[in-house]
Amino acid sequence: MTDAIVRFLQLYQQRLIVAFATHFLYVLISVSIAFVVAVLLAILLSRIRGLASVLIPLLSVFQTIPGIVFVGILFLYNGMTASTVVIALTIYAVFPILKNSYVGIIKVDDQYKEAARGCGMSPMQILWKVELALALPSIISGFRISVVYTVSWAVIAAMIGMGGLGEIIYSGIMSNNNVMILGGAIPAAIMAILLSRLIDVARSRLLPRSMRRGIT
Amino acid sequence: MTQSQFFTHLYIVGVAVVFSIVSGVPLGVCAYFFKPVRRVILTVVEVLQTIPAMALLGIIMVFLGAGKTTVIAGLLFYSLLPIVQNTYVGLSEVDVSVKEVATGMGMSRLYRLIVVEMPLAFPFIFTGIRIATVTAVGVAVFGTFVGGGGLGSLIYQGIRVQNMRMILSGTFALMGMAVVFDFVMTLVEKRLHRRFSSR
Repeated sequence: MTDAIVRFLQLYQQRLIVAFATHFLYVLISVSIAFVVAVLLAILLSRIRGLASVLIPLLSVFQTIPGIVFVGILFLYNGMTASTVVIALTIYAVFPILKNSYVGIIKVDDQYKEAARGCGMSPMQILWKVELALALPSIISGFRISVVYTVSWAVIAAMIGMGGLGEIIYSGIMSNNNVMILGGAIPAAIMAILLSRLIDVARSRLLPRSMRRGIT
Repeated sequence: MTQSQFFTHLYIVGVAVVFSIVSGVPLGVCAYFFKPVRRVILTVVEVLQTIPAMALLGIIMVFLGAGKTTVIAGLLFYSLLPIVQNTYVGLSEVDVSVKEVATGMGMSRLYRLIVVEMPLAFPFIFTGIRIATVTAVGVAVFGTFVGGGGLGSLIYQGIRVQNMRMILSGTFALMGMAVVFDFVMTLVEKRLHRRFSSR
């Protein structure tokens, strides 16, 4: 077994590094775009609550569509390009951030907003310094869920031949090569675990002490 | 063809959820009972959930080979988090005064758990089971890659032969399954909570 692992690493070192980097890039790009879109949408929805009560349940049904279908259908129209993967992953990553940001913003107590208005803050200042600041823990949890999901769904980029760690797992399954399956699966697992830990640490650093309670 | 894949999917999800209830609830109780293992259990379960589905299935496949067993094992690990966490939180959130009254009546630790704490925490645990079930319906799609069949194989086949009808019928069946589970179980959950609060 050790022999096989050493041989695998020697043979596939290059490919493994490229796959890991590709996978990470997919996640980074998709989640970054999704984050901006989701937070903007959440702000918008928090101003137009009527729209939110229709859109949020609709989106949560939409979310039950597996990512595989997104990638598959986009593939038929958009072809075998990296943009297909990024678009599908972005659409997928928007929802958790959107939902958490929206809930975070509307849960901000009216008394704080009124106090802020009383202090003479402009609507923009209230949004930045009060609403978004207080919604931050919730926004970060949504971000974390999105990142973990996206690492998971990026595996299916392999399905349309667009690389990433999924390709190695997939080749391993197809050629019945256990070491290869593990060679793709373990780095993917490590990436997901590391990223979620990193966000946990960042969250506890970012938030003021008074807001850290109640977060595990 | 579609029908058999639908039922395979349902079967895989059903078996996996039953197994994760059977193993998850005791784990949650352990986390609640024994402080030293609490962190270990909750962390391990969380890490399992973090591992990408496909990677987890790949790793399990190395040990169990291709087939339904692998998918069921993967889903079992995946469904543990909501069940274990909700069992633990539900039990911890039972009112302290109720717990004290039970002890004061001379109940033993185990008796108190079965007769008082479990029934009071049940709505929470049920929420965990609902989340686990709905998630499992979605994750089971990956089963097709490790030879488990189910709706995932219908969708995947549709993508390979570029047959939109096949993709969509698989997707709608899947969405339907997830939405129906969610809807029915939410109804049950509401009734449970109502019964629980009217007492």
